Amino acid sequence: MANLQSSFLGIKSPNPFWLASGPPTDKKINVLRAFEAGWGGVVWKTLGTQIKNVSSRYSSLNFNGKKIAGFNNIELISDRPLELNLQEIREVMKLFPDRAMVISLMADNDRKSWHELVKKAQDTGAHGLELNFGCPHGMVERGMGATVGQDPEIAKMIVEWVMEVAEIPVITKLTPNVHSVVPVGKACIEAGSNGLSLINTIQSVTGIDLDTLIPNPNVGGKSSFGGYCGPAVKPIALKFITTLAQDEATCRTPISGIGGIATWKDAVEFILLGAGNLQVCTAVMLNGFRIIRDLCDGMNNWMDEKGYQTINDFIGLSVPKLTRWEELDINYHIVAQINQEKCIHCGLCYIACEDTSHQSISKEDGYPYNTYNIKEIECVGCNLCKIVCPVDGCITMIEQRKGDEYLNWKEFQKRGLPLNDH
Amino acid sequence: MAIVNNRLPKEDLEALFSDIHPPFEHDEGAAIEANRCINCFDAPCTKLCPTKIDIPLFIKQISSGNIKGSARTIFSSNIMGAGCSKVCPVEKLCEGVCVYNLLKEEPIHIAKLQRYSTEKAMNNKWRLFERKASTGKKVAVVGAGPAGLACAHALSLQGIEVTLFEKEEKAGGLMTYGIAAYKVTPEFCKEEVDYITSVGGIDVQVKKELGREITLTELRQKYDAVFLGIGVGIARSLGIPGEDLEGVVDAISFIYNIRTSDYSKIAVGDKVAVIGMGMTAIDAATQSKRLGAADVTMIYRRSENEKPCTDAQFDLARYDGCSFIWLASPKEIKGENGKVKKLVCNKMKLGGPDSSGRRAPVITGETFTLEVDMIINATGQMPFEELINNSSIRNRNGKILINEAFETNIPGVFAGGDAVNGGKEVVNAVQDGKNGAKAILSYLGI
Ligand SMILES: Cc1cc2nc3c(=O)[nH]c(=O)nc-3n(C[C@H](O)[C@H](O)[C@H](O)COP(=O)(O)OP(=O)(O)OC[C@H]3O[C@@H](n4cnc5c(N)ncnc54)[C@H](O)[C@@H]3O)c2cc1C
Ligand SMILES: Cc1cc2nc3c(=O)[nH]c(=O)nc-3n(C[C@H](O)[C@H](O)[C@H](O)COP(=O)(O)O)c2cc1C
Ligand code: SF4
Ligand code: SF4
Ligand code: SF4
Repeated sequence: MANLQSSFLGIKSPNPFWLASGPPTDKKINVLRAFEAGWGGVVWKTLGTQIKNVSSRYSSLNFNGKKIAGFNNIELISDRPLELNLQEIREVMKLFPDRAMVISLMADNDRKSWHELVKKAQDTGAHGLELNFGCPHGMVERGMGATVGQDPEIAKMIVEWVMEVAEIPVITKLTPNVHSVVPVGKACIEAGSNGLSLINTIQSVTGIDLDTLIPNPNVGGKSSFGGYCGPAVKPIALKFITTLAQDEATCRTPISGIGGIATWKDAVEFILLGAGNLQVCTAVMLNGFRIIRDLCDGMNNWMDEKGYQTINDFIGLSVPKLTRWEELDINYHIVAQINQEKCIHCGLCYIACEDTSHQSISKEDGYPYNTYNIKEIECVGCNLCKIVCPVDGCITMIEQRKGDEYLNWKEFQKRGLPLNDH
Repeated sequence: MAIVNNRLPKEDLEALFSDIHPPFEHDEGAAIEANRCINCFDAPCTKLCPTKIDIPLFIKQISSGNIKGSARTIFSSNIMGAGCSKVCPVEKLCEGVCVYNLLKEEPIHIAKLQRYSTEKAMNNKWRLFERKASTGKKVAVVGAGPAGLACAHALSLQGIEVTLFEKEEKAGGLMTYGIAAYKVTPEFCKEEVDYITSVGGIDVQVKKELGREITLTELRQKYDAVFLGIGVGIARSLGIPGEDLEGVVDAISFIYNIRTSDYSKIAVGDKVAVIGMGMTAIDAATQSKRLGAADVTMIYRRSENEKPCTDAQFDLARYDGCSFIWLASPKEIKGENGKVKKLVCNKMKLGGPDSSGRRAPVITGETFTLEVDMIINATGQMPFEELINNSSIRNRNGKILINEAFETNIPGVFAGGDAVNGGKEVVNAVQDGKNGAKAILSYLGI
């Protein structure tokens, strides 16, 4: 059995799965239940000046009958009294001393407020602090949250204020509502932040009620841009953490990966692209704390199969496998191949390639089943047919190199090699 | 042993004759099933639908929440799409070739989804079609069965004034009078006919029989064209001694009675023999059993391999507790006091292939005798040979002959459905009705 124990910035937890700051971590009852279920740690719901939430608060995106491909919310930071939260944090830590307790903070935009809040939080004995620079709604209008996370100068200043008084590790949580997270990440690290976490939610409109014409979620006839999260945001989160792992100035700073993690496979992907641990919010909101069992078990089995003893054995292993497009090998060429034994003659590959790719699949009419074949000469190896094919392993991509040597685009141009003529 | 009615309490009868293919109970069920469909291109299911309903499209429309569009997709190919969703032998049509079969998974429940959309359309009386302005042309359609109704609807849409002549009291043809009671109810059949004719331009004249109240000559004079969708008649006779004994009935009449009166009034024997193994035979056997007959034995002259019904239909009879005697052919019916008592059968064996390509049954010389008090003859229906011959319509043994343009030997007289094919399914008759309408429109230059 692999060892799932994790130490992130020296904060120990029995597994690398923390609950991200949000409703699952907003009070003692929830957090106790989470720890009983086996979660490694929590980032307590963001504390700051107490706010008031609206109703309704959430909406979701369904796709092809599958519910909740993406989730969105217009909740703010904790709407409970600060002192009560702090008290409960102390109580929980007493009951579960082996779990990670990190407190998310978002103070008003002045040095004194940040100092006071940091001090109060670390007085609880918590193991770390997470600075919420990412909330895309509500707090922005008050000059907090994502506004801070979008401006390297402001972010740097606040982290500096925090570091003046912080005695425990500080993680800065970044917003994805930027072109690149690297400048802000860099600024936070320069200011002393020990780690980074990302992503927070992405500004979004999930849909509109076509009867009332009111976007979701409907708050008395109006809506507001909400923060998008859940499975749909995973690819965006993976891209953002990779950019930090690739940059010379940020690559040595531990990253807590967040955004759309719902299965152990998602979690492994985040680690392979540089995350040192993981945070989950939406997936537990949709399925409860019990999902921790398969998150751990699935990761454990995978690690055993791969021969990894600890998480550290595979952090960032896929980072070098993401390069700039210009570096890709143009001589690498694949073509699709259909396994006729597996094919169920649905024609989905054909119509996809015919209408939108390279007309590389032939159709031989049959009754009731047509036969589909790849025209290898025409096939550009785009993967579209394989992606739409409903049968696993029916379409495979076969390597047929165009040349033995590695040849990238720059070299290709330099040699004046011919482009497509049709 | 006797032929009596009221063998079972009313509630039992009602349960036994309730819908064998119940609808989705919840919208979610339909949505889940619709989303299971992978929307094949050039879909095999559509290829096997005689009316070529765009199945992937109508299912996609259910999944996108466009139920009205889904119903229109169905009805524009098959105006009896609602009835067909209840009576089509889908196991040998669309569902039988759904690609899920190739994955050894349950095929998409196409008929159930089709019922979902069409039922909503009928219940909400959605007006999905508008007639074109009248062309002033008039067409007579004879027979208000599936073929006639489909033809009338298609013609009316193009601005033709249609008069639909029907010999029975109600329209619907075998849908109303022949199909098993656990598939469609009389109320449904009426609603379906009303829904189809609600488009307007179709004047339904019941109790008007061609050859009695009306003649072909008269129709040809008064109308610009005529479509014959008169179906086929009662079962062909067994041609054996004892056929007139009390207790020997024709399957079509037996089912007609079930469909036109109260279950409690239908008399059935204790020990019933059903001759034949086609869909009508299965329906006669299962409905006898459901009416309370103690023993129902189906007798077929070939072996199980050659049976004309589908496995799904056969299972219906099997699970209803009918028994089967293969390779047996009725030789003589013996009676007592004018009532059926015994059925003597020849034992058969299979010889060389016959004209249908199946191995022909041959008499072995051995016989056996069954004690029975009722015999239902379901050995295939007889076309209206006399009527057709009297009208000088070219035919083969009463089956009307048409050319590729659905026209008979008489100019301006078209035909389709069971009257031409000798007896297939509702869905084939609908397609024939559509084809006939198309041919008539081109004949009329529209
Ligand atoms: C017992 C039984 C069960 C069946 N079960 C199924 C089933 O489950 N599913 C399925 O798809 N198919 C089934 N069929 C077949 C199906 O009912 C027919 O294929 C279909 O109804 C044919 O339609 P049609 O319009 O050609 O003829 P019909 O439905 O027979 O309609 C012909 C119409 O013409 C009328 N008519 C006849 N003569 C005259 C005249 N001289 N003047 C005026 N009107 C006249 C008749 O009264 C009738 O209304 C079954 C058939 C039978 C007999
Ligand atoms: C209802 C809701 C409330 C949230 N509140 C906070 C918050 O107070 N502070 C914070 O840093 N992030 C908050 N988040 C963001 C999550 O912590 C997380 O970064 C984001 O949802 C992406 O992860 P996920 O896809 O696992 O949900 C909230 C998310 C949701 C859905
Ligand atoms: S890989 Fe792309 S180009 Fe080749 S057959 Fe498939 S869809 Fe067509
Ligand atoms: S998508 Fe796959 S299963 Fe469907 S026709 Fe193409 S190869 Fe066959
Ligand atoms: S064959 Fe089956 S899966 Fe394919 S379109 Fe038809 S119903 Fe859908």
